[in-house]
Amino acid sequence: MFVLIVGAGRVGAAVAKSALAAGHEVSVLDEDPLSHERLDAGQDKSWEDSGGQFTVGTALEMDALIQAGIERADVFIASTAGDNTNLVIAQIAQKRFDVEKTIVRVMDPARASWYGEQGLHTISPTKHAIEMFERALELEPQRV
Amino acid sequence: MYAIIVGAGKVGRNLARELMSKGHEVTLLESSRQCYLAIEEEFEHAAQYGDATELWVLERAGIQRADLVIAVTGDDEDNILVCQVAKEKYLCDRVIARVNNPRNHDHFRLLGIQPAVSATDLILRLIEHEVPRYGLVHLLALEEERLEIIELEVSSDAPTVGLRVADISLPEGSLIISVLREGTGFVPKPDTVIEAGDEVLLVLDPGLEDAITAYFAPDGQPAAL
Repeated sequence: MFVLIVGAGRVGAAVAKSALAAGHEVSVLDEDPLSHERLDAGQDKSWEDSGGQFTVGTALEMDALIQAGIERADVFIASTAGDNTNLVIAQIAQKRFDVEKTIVRVMDPARASWYGEQGLHTISPTKHAIEMFERALELEPQRV
Repeated sequence: MYAIIVGAGKVGRNLARELMSKGHEVTLLESSRQCYLAIEEEFEHAAQYGDATELWVLERAGIQRADLVIAVTGDDEDNILVCQVAKEKYLCDRVIARVNNPRNHDHFRLLGIQPAVSATDLILRLIEHEVPRYGLVHLLALEEERLEIIELEVSSDAPTVGLRVADISLPEGSLIISVLREGTGFVPKPDTVIEAGDEVLLVLDPGLEDAITAYFAPDGQPAAL
């Protein structure tokens, strides 16, 4: 599988490493060249030597997405720091580039559930955190 | 009419003033605390503090009864999100979005956010108007209806000079609707003869510009700016 991950923060970088270790082809796009270090951290070999691809660019720039290989991506993961950026680029991946599987990180639980209903695969870390706190305190979950 | 304006920068603030002075009800949403405090005194209850990409902020502003949502923040993703949610979740028919980076215009189009207004594009249109040898001027684009109206100056070596309108076989999907000659415009008749220096207005399907240019201004090069 060819996996394109946009946003190499803690989450994006960790998922990228796992995907590469599992034998997938992985390309990472991030606007900050320094985020490359997160991919190298704790590894014996550099990201590229392990077979990973890294592109510096802004997620909304079509050229950067194409350079990072969106046209042949089987999986697209939007994990930048911005919910709205993630939601927009995920829809671009889905609608313009017909990427088969698109997964979006959305911090805001409300936006995550509404866009989830619209057919986007959203993951909301905030929602999971809330649920874990509620469980730890044995609280009845309230509707968001 | 009730309009929600998202982003209280120069554009948002002035739009709010204009709409209010015309008697419309307006809510101006601003996500920066500092900016909100600066406008609160002038706009009072019409200004609200909050990130309009949060659904509850839009609901608090009364998105359910809004006739128009205008997203003019400095962030294209935010503008897209606000308009998309307004249209698709809250069924607000009329949205207007600002495009900050013209390269993002396609994204607005792809996600159905129309009209999307870009200052760069607007200024380019003005330049087309001001620079006479530019050849083709876009006067109006009805994107949803897939029609546009353009203006072309007829060059002296154009193949249509000296021809009657009835004898010019334009491509399917285009029509001459007006001729401007010596400062006045008129609707051409079939026997109107096209002269060099005329400005012709055409309505056409998008994408026919190049083909049409060949009829009236074959060497219509953009002027050096």
